[in-house]
Amino acid sequence: MTEPRGSTDSIPAFLPRLDERTRKGERWKVIFLISTLLGVFFLATLLWSVVNDSFGYVILVNETDPATLSRDGVPLENLGSRGLLAVLEENLPGRRLRSLAEERPLEERSSEELLAVIEDEIINPEIMETYDLSESLFGKARILRHLEEDYPDGALVFRSWINRRFLTAAQSSVALHAGIRGAFLGTLMTILITILTAFPVGIAGAIWLEEYAKDNRLNRFIRINIYNLAGVPSIIYGMLGLALFVRAAEPLTSGTLFGAAADPTTANGRTVLSAGLTLALLILPVIIINAQEALRAVPGILRQSSLAVGATKWQTVWHHVLPASFDRILTGTVLAVSRAIGETAPLVVVGASTFLSQDPTSIFSKFTTLPIQIYQWTARPQEEFRRIAAAAILVLLILMLSLNAVAVLLRNRIRAKKRQSR
Amino acid sequence: MKKNQKPSDNPFEVVIAREEEGGKGSPYALEVRNLEIRYGDFPAVKDVTMAFDKRQVTAIIGPSGCGKSTALRAFNRMNELIPSCSTSGEVLFHGINVYDPGVDAVQVRRWIGMVFQKPNPFPKTIHENIAWGARINGYTGDMDELVESTLQQVALWDEVKDKLKQSALALSGGQQQRLCIARAIAVKPEILLMDEPTSALDPISTAKIESLLDDLKKRYTIIIVTHNMQQAGRVSDKTAFFLQGDLVEYAPTKDLFFNPKDERTENYISGRFG
Repeated sequence: MTEPRGSTDSIPAFLPRLDERTRKGERWKVIFLISTLLGVFFLATLLWSVVNDSFGYVILVNETDPATLSRDGVPLENLGSRGLLAVLEENLPGRRLRSLAEERPLEERSSEELLAVIEDEIINPEIMETYDLSESLFGKARILRHLEEDYPDGALVFRSWINRRFLTAAQSSVALHAGIRGAFLGTLMTILITILTAFPVGIAGAIWLEEYAKDNRLNRFIRINIYNLAGVPSIIYGMLGLALFVRAAEPLTSGTLFGAAADPTTANGRTVLSAGLTLALLILPVIIINAQEALRAVPGILRQSSLAVGATKWQTVWHHVLPASFDRILTGTVLAVSRAIGETAPLVVVGASTFLSQDPTSIFSKFTTLPIQIYQWTARPQEEFRRIAAAAILVLLILMLSLNAVAVLLRNRIRAKKRQSR
Repeated sequence: MKKNQKPSDNPFEVVIAREEEGGKGSPYALEVRNLEIRYGDFPAVKDVTMAFDKRQVTAIIGPSGCGKSTALRAFNRMNELIPSCSTSGEVLFHGINVYDPGVDAVQVRRWIGMVFQKPNPFPKTIHENIAWGARINGYTGDMDELVESTLQQVALWDEVKDKLKQSALALSGGQQQRLCIARAIAVKPEILLMDEPTSALDPISTAKIESLLDDLKKRYTIIIVTHNMQQAGRVSDKTAFFLQGDLVEYAPTKDLFFNPKDERTENYISGRFG
């Protein structure tokens, strides 16, 4: 602490206390750093736990040893379609063969597909034990011992739970066969509907509120309530979607009105369309608020100079205000859409299918989405479902990140263009 | 946007066409009668009546907050963008009150252009800055020709003719302001309102713009608000002195500066000069 200078005079003294001020600043700096590190830590933990669950050893026990299926010493892989067909006919009951042929005639299938059928139907591996990535990396000796003691005829395989089959297969009650194709397509279609409806409506609403609406009591009331709506819990939007789209607008959302329903006898409003519209409702306030702020950030002088050459309000908005604010609007929209992709609760209320082995074929199809699928799988007691849930989470994260990346690229291009004309 | 085939529904165009065919029009470019402007309860301009001569430069001077800019912005209805602002009285352009309920502000601004205090070109190319206003107003002629002739009027053509496709924001402040003047006259207005157009510029850029005004007044009526009295003395034919919302004195510039009738005018002028 420095001595107060000039205290001997009658002039009031300054006490700079620079040390103390600097120390105080340093303390805050450390606090800010710790907060940031905490965030990074939790994010890393999340990523690690997902990755940790997505890869690792599994102990498989086959119902039939593949070696016994080889014919004349030729291993299964080299048999070719005809040989594989023969194997199938020998080992499967006629009833099962017929039902398989009903799905798609066996003769038409490639040898790869036949091999997959043989693996599922005859070899039929069963998961006895799964290990996460850290166990697999650091406890292999223990895993091997476990294998020898408990599953003498089992096989130890390192498995990436996220694999091509997982991405392309339909839902199944067997974790080994289950895939996310339906859920992935459902998510894509739902989010597409959400973007197509919420984006134009949101921007239009924001333009009205920012550029056209007079500052009167009604419009202030509307503005405040849009802010409030942005904070309403998402499950309540689910209730709204249920009442509005699933029930009230059922002929529309089920497709019966257009004769487009997938199956007219069971058609109801629990469709991709209802889900997309519900999510659109959910993010609409967020998009409006974001777009409003983007429009507000456009300097008023730009509007004035446009009006001063005899432009109409619409020409001013379209040619000057929107281009000047579009990068910000886009950023806000992407954040909102990212939120919508991850939403689970409102879709549960709207009626997402819990088990859907068919893909959504139109906007009037029954639907499920990735978060719903993840939720379903995590709720099951078997460990292998936890693994595929983790794999699905990875897919969801990648989907989200790529969407954000596209938006960032788009925004940067707009910005670069803006800067060029600066 | 090329819908100009049918007869115009713009009342000003009708009147202007009639006058061009030899009809008798108003002797003034703009007549202001009993103009009152309020921001909420605060009277910014009080009962101003004045007329602006055609093809002359009229300067409006006065201390900060005297209402000179507010009055100027009332002439082409720019004050309407301020929600709390209310206007009464008449602003007659070709005998038509621009505040008439049947008159669209867009029509007014097409004939009465404006240049602002800070250079504010559109964040677009130089070419587009000129062409845009003409295009939205349904200009059917050759656009490149218009851009060239307009830029020549503001003595900017030689400086920018090789970079018309470049951003207007890359120009210097003075060039930007001349571009803004060009943008305003590209739609061939009758009146040009200038709201302290040189207050953000350096002396050399200011001099260039001042020397422009002499040329521009051959085609346009110019009303310029300035806080710089020397500038008013240099460029204007008539000067109006505003004080606290009142029009104190309005006279030919020489008379107002060298022989002011009102004591307040004299105080203001001598205070600044002295």
